[in-house]
Amino acid sequence: MKEIILVKYGEIILKGGNRPKFEKLLMDNIRNAVRNIDNIKMSIAQATIYITPQNNDNIDLICERLSLVFGIVSVTKAGVFEKNMDAIRSGAAEYCKNDLLPGRKFKVEAKRADKHFPLTSVEISMDVGGYLDDVMDGLICDVHDPEATVKIEIRDVAAYIYCEQNKLAGQGGMPIGAGSKATLLLSGGIDSPVAGHMIAKRGVEIDAVNFFSFPYTSERAKEKVIELASILAKYTSKINLHIVPFTEIQLAIRDNCPEEHMTLIMRRFMMKISEKIALKNNSMALITGESVGQVASQTLSALNVTNSVVNIPVLRPLIGMDKKEIVERARTIDTFSTSILPYEDCCTVFTPKHPTTNPKKINIERSESKLDAENLIEKAVEGIETMTIYPKM
Amino acid sequence: MIYLDNASTTEPSENVKNAVLDAMKNFANPSSMHRLGINAENIIKKACENSAKIISVHPGNIYFTSGATESNNTAILGYCRQNKKKGTHIITTAIEHPSVLAPFKILENEGFSVTYLKTDTYGLIDLNDFENTLNDNTIFVSIMAVNNEIGSIMPIDKLKPIMKQKAPKAVLHVDAVQAYGKIPLKAKQWGIDMLSASGHKIHGIKGSGILYIADNINIIPLLNGGGQQKNIRSGTENVVGIAAFSQASEDISNYNRAYVGELRNYLKKGIEENIDRIKINESKEETQAEHILNISFLGLRSEILLHSLEMHDIYVSTGSACSTNKPMPSHVLTAIGCSHEETDSAIRFSFSENLTVKDMDTVIGALKKEVSNIRKYVRK
Repeated sequence: MKEIILVKYGEIILKGGNRPKFEKLLMDNIRNAVRNIDNIKMSIAQATIYITPQNNDNIDLICERLSLVFGIVSVTKAGVFEKNMDAIRSGAAEYCKNDLLPGRKFKVEAKRADKHFPLTSVEISMDVGGYLDDVMDGLICDVHDPEATVKIEIRDVAAYIYCEQNKLAGQGGMPIGAGSKATLLLSGGIDSPVAGHMIAKRGVEIDAVNFFSFPYTSERAKEKVIELASILAKYTSKINLHIVPFTEIQLAIRDNCPEEHMTLIMRRFMMKISEKIALKNNSMALITGESVGQVASQTLSALNVTNSVVNIPVLRPLIGMDKKEIVERARTIDTFSTSILPYEDCCTVFTPKHPTTNPKKINIERSESKLDAENLIEKAVEGIETMTIYPKM
Repeated sequence: MIYLDNASTTEPSENVKNAVLDAMKNFANPSSMHRLGINAENIIKKACENSAKIISVHPGNIYFTSGATESNNTAILGYCRQNKKKGTHIITTAIEHPSVLAPFKILENEGFSVTYLKTDTYGLIDLNDFENTLNDNTIFVSIMAVNNEIGSIMPIDKLKPIMKQKAPKAVLHVDAVQAYGKIPLKAKQWGIDMLSASGHKIHGIKGSGILYIADNINIIPLLNGGGQQKNIRSGTENVVGIAAFSQASEDISNYNRAYVGELRNYLKKGIEENIDRIKINESKEETQAEHILNISFLGLRSEILLHSLEMHDIYVSTGSACSTNKPMPSHVLTAIGCSHEETDSAIRFSFSENLTVKDMDTVIGALKKEVSNIRKYVRK
């Protein structure tokens, strides 16, 4: 039996005159997401993308990949049947037999897009519903609270049948690649990958920056960041990761600045370097995983101190979220188990015992002035290692 | 590259690589009746002889496993479960390898009573303690020959006579992973009933080990199936790993203890003379294995030093897994009385014959530089 995949998309529908542009983008991203699985055929009609794989065996893997593509609301497999009532009746019974088990409440919902078809939508529903009730054991018809909804779509070329409850939920959001790009400060922790995912979901391409302090953090910490980037790349198709050598800056701060200002001065360096990287790569904003008050460097006065060194917008999608909510999201997008590997921050050499929580910008700037910041930043930027990370499948 | 992490694993020798290649060519199943099968079987026979020589036992008592973890599990779980009707008291030490401690924990949960012998600051058990712990209900004793973190050599040869007096039913298992080929092991003469060893610690390959089982020792096998290796360890023999073990055993029989001891002393002295605030975690001179040197560099965290040495292409290991989330100080260093600061700053240097005195000079130079460098930045 032949099967196709029905992809429903959401927000794009509201884009008025730009809708065709976004539809094209989404279809490009879909093709790209499954390019190493199958050379699919695609068509589009009434806010649904119809996908026919060359090889039907690939269909489940394709559905799984598509459930990660931004802009898609749901993904469903459907059986393809001839447009006559005999074929539709037996097709519904056969294709949905695992959902129409004895004792289940069910209903049939038909939609007739091809108005030449002799029966109306309501007539089809009643006909097929009656047939299923006759031939399947112990079904209970319940149009208000069904456990299995048999969907029938009558299209120009064929009838498509599936069970509504088998739909895979998509990511939602907008397709990536309409031209905007942002640069994510990616640590090895729980928060920053979640922040990156949230902004990418809005159709923004992501670059990532990581600050690496060998030998104070290990080679494994870097491996972990690469691993996180490759999980994010499942959603974004690829990520450029810039690894910035940061040891020298940290040592200079440690040598010259008061201990309680260390973290904030370090964060200011990170923001400045990230902005430089962003501007060089046509990125229009920075993304951080900060959330108000989570740690000393994320109080509002601390954010004020770190934010003031950059001129491009800093996106902080987690700003009002609790740790618990962030962890839930990290689990959903599958970065959590990698984030909690112990290599990050292994050695707390650069963490002050009593960091300041209510810093004054002027004091921080005074401490910072003891450093040759420009020279340090320039050297760090020169040492950047950039790699393109592809999805880990 | 200066590789000083030989207690973790060793580099396979050229001889071993050739033996592996040769064994791959003799690919037949050693149980097959045709000539090719016999060729493969002969590799195993030779391996039995080569390893039996190292521990002075009969080749027929050698069984090949996937490594020391399997050997230890087979010996401990296999013997105690089979013989629990004879008694339910079993003994080991507090400084064993996890592949001994974990099966003991399992047996504890199954109702055995376990004595974990304490050690002194030299990493040695007290034989009077040992004697007092033994009783009629004791059926099993497992004590390592050489400790993997500090290199203390346990008085293995003294155990069986005491056991015969106080716990006549008890059998003796020895985890000899760090001892095999490195110190004399007279398993039969000393009354060892079971002994575990691993190939990749002696320039063999990972996934190959042995378990020596004396006559008249009954165990429940961990792996059951085709009845290979006298039904002690079913599964088609890993001929390639066995060939590597065989070759590595042959080579380690020429192990130059004195030379490795020289390297150790040279490095130890160099560190003592050039770096202050250190503590050497070791045994007495006569009970110290030559290939392990454990030193705490107070005032720093060992992981940072490890990575700093990495930049000099020098590879060592730490005494503890360092992590802010899960501090896991070494159970061995803790057991021999090291303070938190000492375990946190401990580095293990472990030697092989491939190293030179010149290498030690390089290491001393790198340590001098990095230790003072890191200490500068560490919070007091």
